[in-house]
Amino acid sequence: MHIQEELSQRHVLSLTVSNEAGILARIAGLFTARGYNIDSLTVADITPDHGVSRITIVTSGPPKVIDQIMAQLDRLVPVHKVTDLTESGPFVERELALVKVAGVGEDRIEALRLADVFRAKVVDTTIESFIFEITGTTDKVDNFVGLMRQIGLVEVGRTGVVGLIRGKDAI
Amino acid sequence: MAEKSGADILVECLLDLGVEVVFGYPGGAVLPIYDALFNHPTIKHVLVRHEQGATHMAEGYARSTGKPGVVLVTSGPGATNAVTGITDALMDSIPMVVITGQVPTQLIGTDAFQEADTVGITRHCTKHNYLVKDPAKLAGVIHEAFHIATTGRPGPVVIDIPKNVQIATAPYKRPEPVAHASYHPQTKADAAGIDAAVEMLAAAERPVFYTGGGVINSGPEASALLRELAAMTGAPVTSTLMGLGAYPATGPQWLGMLGMHGTYEANFAMNKADLIVCVGARFDDRVTGRLDAFSPGSRKVHIDIDRSSINKIIDVDVAIVADVGSALSDMVALWKARGHEAADLSAWWTQIDGWRAKKSLDYAENATEIMPQRAIADLYKACNATGKDIIITTEVGQHQMWAAQHFGFDAPNKWLTSGGLGTMGYGFPAAIGAQMGNPDSLVICVAGDASIQMNIQEMGTASQYRLPVKIFILNNEYMGMVRQWQELTYQSRYSNSYSDSLPDFVKLAEAYGWTGIRIDGPDDLESGIRAMIDTPGPVIVDCRVAKLSNCFPMIPSGAAHTEMLLDPSQVKGSMTDEAKALV
Ligand SMILES: Cc1ncc(C[n+]2csc(CCOP(=O)(O)OP(=O)(O)O)c2C)c(N)n1
Ligand SMILES: [Mg+2]
Repeated sequence: MHIQEELSQRHVLSLTVSNEAGILARIAGLFTARGYNIDSLTVADITPDHGVSRITIVTSGPPKVIDQIMAQLDRLVPVHKVTDLTESGPFVERELALVKVAGVGEDRIEALRLADVFRAKVVDTTIESFIFEITGTTDKVDNFVGLMRQIGLVEVGRTGVVGLIRGKDAI
Repeated sequence: MAEKSGADILVECLLDLGVEVVFGYPGGAVLPIYDALFNHPTIKHVLVRHEQGATHMAEGYARSTGKPGVVLVTSGPGATNAVTGITDALMDSIPMVVITGQVPTQLIGTDAFQEADTVGITRHCTKHNYLVKDPAKLAGVIHEAFHIATTGRPGPVVIDIPKNVQIATAPYKRPEPVAHASYHPQTKADAAGIDAAVEMLAAAERPVFYTGGGVINSGPEASALLRELAAMTGAPVTSTLMGLGAYPATGPQWLGMLGMHGTYEANFAMNKADLIVCVGARFDDRVTGRLDAFSPGSRKVHIDIDRSSINKIIDVDVAIVADVGSALSDMVALWKARGHEAADLSAWWTQIDGWRAKKSLDYAENATEIMPQRAIADLYKACNATGKDIIITTEVGQHQMWAAQHFGFDAPNKWLTSGGLGTMGYGFPAAIGAQMGNPDSLVICVAGDASIQMNIQEMGTASQYRLPVKIFILNNEYMGMVRQWQELTYQSRYSNSYSDSLPDFVKLAEAYGWTGIRIDGPDDLESGIRAMIDTPGPVIVDCRVAKLSNCFPMIPSGAAHTEMLLDPSQVKGSMTDEAKALV
């Protein structure tokens, strides 16, 4: 007997939650307990009184599983609202990365040239290295990091995705 | 404003919330609360013998009274011992509030004596949980906890209270009714769903009501409405294990329980139906059998208060997110307003009568040994004859299924069993809890020889509080259900399923000041049951039954509703790896 796996699709979920102790453990634990995937998860409070946080989760799964994830998240007591950005119309998603690259001579110049193409900013520099700051979609960041790997990538820090629906309304 | 200690605030809140009974066990981290409860004039504390017992007692109390069950345990081992019952309550949607002591806030995280990460451990086996670090927040949290435990889909809520928070003081005033920022369960159905469901019911040729524990949770009115809607439509009714009693077993439209050990007629009706109206049930794997063969020709309506139950296992055509009672009342009202009449379902009933004629619950009687089914049937008869209010609890195993099959329930809240988690050790403490909440009822735990030993220490609790519970053990000297699966799957290699070294249950009864009765053979059965019922005080009955009986009908794991085994001759003794891998 062998174990079968189902085809899955990437979804960006946006949640507003009460900013209380243990909320992140509740959400992350739900994913592990029920066997759902987390590709990335970001969280920060978004109201002046620090009472509400937005959590953005990139997950993947077949449509039925995504529907279950939404329902399961919605059922948690401190969760205010769950939106599947991928399903709710056009939306903007961004991720920020800090990318440290080391090199001298031609490599340095090539790194700067590529950074320019990707509109990455230099936020730290030494004679032998740069740290670039890049924002964009996950794909764009992946591409940039991939190119830097060929030049002299030292390390990367990524925030994970945040997203909002386009237009004037809140979700 | 006068300040009160955290412990006093807790007790004050319990009073405000109408709590009458707390099931608990003391320890260092809850001493301040125990002191506040010392000789309390209205809140009765039931001292258990093991914290798991307290949780199942709270479940039994809750399920039989409709009120939340309350548990109080100490930190560390007290809290971890409670985890099984908390999980059981989560799986079966039982309203329960568990108060756990915790080490003082300044010691949290230091591996202090009897420290356990209670909120961490219980995070995923509660509906919600809290660690309260400020006595000023305690009252709000306690009221909110009861609100969450008892509304929406009910469930267990844990409140972890560090010892210094129990002693520190804060101003106390009774909190306002809970207006929660994010918790708003939908109880009223959208009109469109009700409309669609009513029209589908009116048009169906082969409808079935598939009901579950949600009808019980919704309260007795929901059961009354189910009966009304069933009568108006003429449709047959089946139920899950958890829903027994919502529609009367003596009712004309009753098909019996469905699922793995359900009746032939219930499972075939599900399979051949053109409309299934699922009311407060959740398409559990014990019910559906093989998913791709589950009721292939039907349209499906699902009423559930928990949206995550909808389309989780089976895709439905009409989803109604609502409290069952509220949705049923809307359906009854709309059915009447539309002037619908019951359709002519005679062809459907003829088909059902054909399945009924299989008499799938029949079994071969035995002159020398008590058949376990017979023991339950006789128990049912004897209970009926008392004219008393009867509450049956069960442990887990074959005896549980036989009780479900052969004892008839005509009212909700009279059948208490561990369905979702299938917890051996549930039934006896649940009986104690039910007896606490229903002092005048005849409460009987139908037990197995193995299960009863899981919480047998609670005999002391029943003695202490003079609770006249009865334990009726179907003693087959086996973990019968395990042995049955080994017979079906592993060519009768009975690995570790024999109940060796059983105690002498009659002597055990005597040791605890109970009455013990042994029923050895068919000739003693009736009189033994009579004696159990007539004996005041707690009684344990060791009813020796046929050792190798199996529970039929049975849908083996991974089989369809139409592939039921009806009797031992159909048992093959082995299974494919795919079937073996299923639960
Ligand atoms: C706590 C727990 N452990 C293990 C099981 C697995 N299990 C299910 S039924 C059963 C045997 C029960 O034996 P007994 O109480 O004698 O009942 P019988 O089936 O013989 O009627 C076991 C071990 C369980 N359900 N719960
Ligand atoms: Mg047994």
